Amino acid sequence: MNQPASAYFIEDRHDPNETHTLAVLVQNEPGVLARVIGLFSGRGYNIESLTVSETEAQKHLSRITIVTTGTPMVIAQIKNQLDRMIPVYQVVDMTQTKRSIERELAMVKVRGQGEHRVEALRLADAFRARVIDATTESFVFEITGNTDKINQYIDLMRPLGLVEVSRTGVAAIGRGPEGM
Amino acid sequence: MSDKSHDPNQMTGAAMIVRALIDHGVTDIFGYPGGAVLPIYDEIFQQSEVQHILVRHEQGAGHAAEGYARSTGKPGVALVTSGPGATNMVTPLTDALMDSIPLVCISGQVPTHLIGNDAFQECDTVGITRPCTKHNWLVRDVNDLAKVLHEAFYVATSGRPGPVLVDVPKDVQFATGTYHPPRKSDVHRSYAPRVKGDATQIRKAVALLANAKRPVIYSGGGVINSGPEATKLLRELVEVTGFPITSTLMGLGAYPASGKNWLGMLGMHGTYEANMTMHDCDVMLCVGARFDDRITGRVDAFSPGSKKIHIDIDPSSINKNIRVDVPIIGDCGNILGDILQVFKAEAKKPDVKSWWQQIAQWRARNSLYYKKSNDVILPQHAIQSLFEATRGKDTYITTEVGQHQMWAAQFYGFEEPHRWMTSGGLGTMGYGLPAAVGVQVAHPDSLVIDIAGDASVQMTMQEMSTAVQYELPIKIFILNNQYMGMVRQWQQLLHGNRLSHSYSEALPDFVKLAEAYGAVGLQVHKPGDLDGAIQEMISVKRPVLFDCRVAALENCFPMIPSGKAHNEMLLPEQANDEATAKAFAGGKALV
Repeated sequence: MNQPASAYFIEDRHDPNETHTLAVLVQNEPGVLARVIGLFSGRGYNIESLTVSETEAQKHLSRITIVTTGTPMVIAQIKNQLDRMIPVYQVVDMTQTKRSIERELAMVKVRGQGEHRVEALRLADAFRARVIDATTESFVFEITGNTDKINQYIDLMRPLGLVEVSRTGVAAIGRGPEGM
Repeated sequence: MSDKSHDPNQMTGAAMIVRALIDHGVTDIFGYPGGAVLPIYDEIFQQSEVQHILVRHEQGAGHAAEGYARSTGKPGVALVTSGPGATNMVTPLTDALMDSIPLVCISGQVPTHLIGNDAFQECDTVGITRPCTKHNWLVRDVNDLAKVLHEAFYVATSGRPGPVLVDVPKDVQFATGTYHPPRKSDVHRSYAPRVKGDATQIRKAVALLANAKRPVIYSGGGVINSGPEATKLLRELVEVTGFPITSTLMGLGAYPASGKNWLGMLGMHGTYEANMTMHDCDVMLCVGARFDDRITGRVDAFSPGSKKIHIDIDPSSINKNIRVDVPIIGDCGNILGDILQVFKAEAKKPDVKSWWQQIAQWRARNSLYYKKSNDVILPQHAIQSLFEATRGKDTYITTEVGQHQMWAAQFYGFEEPHRWMTSGGLGTMGYGLPAAVGVQVAHPDSLVIDIAGDASVQMTMQEMSTAVQYELPIKIFILNNQYMGMVRQWQQLLHGNRLSHSYSEALPDFVKLAEAYGAVGLQVHKPGDLDGAIQEMISVKRPVLFDCRVAALENCFPMIPSGKAHNEMLLPEQANDEATAKAFAGGKALV
């Protein structure tokens, strides 16, 4: 690559990106989420999905699940940068362990009549989506599964009158008896 | 139950702050009062254990605290008010974060019930300073204050040191609560920096070092941060192995510049021998440095044939820019000790004679050469003269940022750590003068010199007033070329010599300016007058502005042009117009 005249070296390497799911155990205190998100925006990392909730109230622990993409070197950086934050207890790369289950929940609103309504219900049954709200011209379906399954379901609903989608983002947990 | 009014640990938040400072051994703080910190200033007024230095701008307080910290190894403390007081601290906090300097900043905040209301002098201080501190806290309850202050000192000084900020609303300063002295449980359980290196990795490192044919030790600021033991061990390792050693800008002084294995600084303006040794080595031992872009040059051509060992206390420094073969996480003093122990027990001194012969050839290129003149003072010559005049004296050097900073790093020989205070990572113009104030407060009887440029020094010139007020005899040695020299150099080399806004028109008369502040002004034009003027500067026991008029268009060489590797340096004797144009040939894009 011909270097432009610059005070900085411009890198020309393009390692392929990988998608990783990280589980981050943090002290639940004011500003902790802002710290984590600020790290991603400040250092130019991607967030594909983000899920946060307190998981152990007595110990003030929250669990943040982040789906991110980057080269292997960037993914390693992200983990190290997260791990060195003061209120972060632990960072586990759920993708690297290869022994994790990922789920998200989506609520999908579909509006339609006649054949479209019947088809929507039939597909919901096939995907094990539940009807949690219904009117004479609409349904709200609740569906859980991995990201691909939910994407697929949403794609199928599109021609049947998809109105809107609300998704929780990914939550992940390891298989087997051990905790993180 | 005892009467709370007689409990000595019952006190106001403001009193707790002063008490915590005393409990952490703080004797000097730098600050500027304002509405949201008045209760703390009232407490400061009523005691004599902590001396407060009144600066002229909060940025000055921050850099002074940094200079204090770097020259003592203790944390520097700054106290500022809410709003503009806090925003003026952003530059020093970022500077301290980049250079891993332990800094504790206490900021006032508007009362809790007004937070979020756009109150007078309100800003989101913890929000603004979150990315420029190692950690920060907003204290909403006076009973949390002691714990937070103790944790703040621990976080700032442990692991990889860095700046922290504690934001204290004014009602919390007034409120009464219970203080407790520092205790272990004050610190987040999630924060436990690793200090001991992994034994297996240490053995791997020793095996590489013992079999090295073309080794190099590349040390950084981490060695100095680790403390005197790390410096001692680094010197011993060089002695035991016979390896050549180079250092980053931040690491100067860990190994003495007069030591026989010293190659000089490496990187963009490092010596030819240091960079060639890095490029051609077969084993590189990086101790407490972070492969920053000013060091590596082109990353895909950085030391292509070497096995790299990297010692760092911060895991995120590993494999960030350069992939290494043997990472060792922990305190470098600790790890150097372990490496030495294993090396001495199991290895014999490697034969690196032919490697030293090669290095001698590179050294013979004399990459720091410059042409002296009888008519005009060359900046390099000015620094050499300053070095000769202060050699053997108890001297501390600070700098601003630019050409003068690089010349100082190249031509001033540092024999000991903590003697060299410069803004490396952030490159903050205006760092050196307030930093010198901080150094002089910590070392009242030492000679403290800010090697400055005429542009940088004007950014924080107001702190001359602080120096005069506290009788701090700092010497501001200005290499005055009437340009922002480094900007001008880049414009000459990269932008067709179109000197866009890099000429300082209407420079002040620095001698009169010094006098206006109540300091001493000196000016020198002729090389023949330089040594005498430097002696006069040293012997004056008052603050001095030294206006050293130097060659206006001198460039800083050697230099690794952008996008080039360590073995493609531009040496001073080659730096004619044609070679320079070729070295910098490329597109027009700027990054």
